[in-house]
Amino acid sequence: MSLKKHDFRENGDKIDYILTIADNSLILGQRMGELTGHGPTLEVDIACTNIALDLFGQVRSYFQYAAQLAEKSCTEDDLAFLRTEREYKNVLLVEQPNTNFAYVIAKQFLFDHYHYLFLNELQNSTDATLSAIAKKSIKEVSYHKRFSSDWVLRLGDGTSVSKEKIQKAINDLWPFTQELFEPNEAEEKAVELGYGVDISKLQEEYKQAIEKVLKEATIVIPDLEFYQRGGKKGIHSEHMGFLLSDMQYMQRTYPGMKW
Amino acid sequence: MQQESVYIDPILEPILRQVPDPEIPVLSILDLGMVREARLKDKAVAVKLTPTYSGCPAMDVIGDDIKKAIEDAGYVCDVELVLSPAWSTDWITPEGRKALEKYGIAAPLDASADKRALLGEEKLVKCPQCQSKNTHLVSQFGSTACKALFKCDDCQEPFDYFKCLI
Repeated sequence: MSLKKHDFRENGDKIDYILTIADNSLILGQRMGELTGHGPTLEVDIACTNIALDLFGQVRSYFQYAAQLAEKSCTEDDLAFLRTEREYKNVLLVEQPNTNFAYVIAKQFLFDHYHYLFLNELQNSTDATLSAIAKKSIKEVSYHKRFSSDWVLRLGDGTSVSKEKIQKAINDLWPFTQELFEPNEAEEKAVELGYGVDISKLQEEYKQAIEKVLKEATIVIPDLEFYQRGGKKGIHSEHMGFLLSDMQYMQRTYPGMKW
Repeated sequence: MQQESVYIDPILEPILRQVPDPEIPVLSILDLGMVREARLKDKAVAVKLTPTYSGCPAMDVIGDDIKKAIEDAGYVCDVELVLSPAWSTDWITPEGRKALEKYGIAAPLDASADKRALLGEEKLVKCPQCQSKNTHLVSQFGSTACKALFKCDDCQEPFDYFKCLI
């Protein structure tokens, strides 16, 4: 399937915007879902998969809305499973591999704090559906944020091994954080039209929120000049193809299959 | 609380009361506060349903169960999912809270108390087995999206706590 603006020109901009925000939750949910049955302890396994479930639930609401705006020229499942790599607009951060538990937590932590601030603003969207999804989701995301922040504290302020691992994960993922606050075309348009969030304004508050936790966790805040970006424009890292081949396997193998 | 905005047709009420939450079978969906509207016009029924959690896998089943219960009673039923206003644990009825406790799930505290309990600042969650408040949080995420896992330090039993969502 290929999503082209001319298929539904009238709502094209809004659909692009919905995909930009929903794809973050979809791809992060897929990464978290990889821990199903592989979490370090049973409780953590359940927590991670619960977070994945929340994220997928939010994605469903977004995709159902997008499919409705596309006047049934696609379904929520098409949007989730049948796009090509370049058509996914998630930030690079969320597609990074799990590597080890410290990376799982660091990735979640760096996204959760952004996600919370973003949804907080999206609640005020002039679009009633987006506002309703945000009001619903923010309640769930406040739990995610608490979970990942707790673990950053535990790992950072834990043993020398856990500290070294979480520090390395934060260092490695840090270059992907800047992209969160750089709007793509759809996001710029959405702000102009009043239903979108001006994400560039969230950065200062984000910085304060994560630095507070990192300091308490005795983690050194990386001092970087170089940032990596591209996901929001559809230019993904080398990990994305592998993730998609896994995520899309069933729909590609048995086209149109349903539960 | 936005409980006032709920409208359930008195004829449909007893039918809907029979529909349980598939994951907590002692609880009727009415006690959970998930049905926001049920209107009857001639033989056509329109139900508005709100999810507890966005990703709640029971939602489709609940929608189907409602449809079946109402159609079995001789009506035509349409179920619509609504997100706004977002569901809150405040909407669980007093009967619902009692049913939860009896089933072995601690009922949600109010928001500020919930936060203190989940942050481990205060022991507020009561063990549904022995009623002791000498309990601690094991995990913020329990067996389903809506629950956290606790353990009682008196009777040593682990138990689910229906976490607060306001």
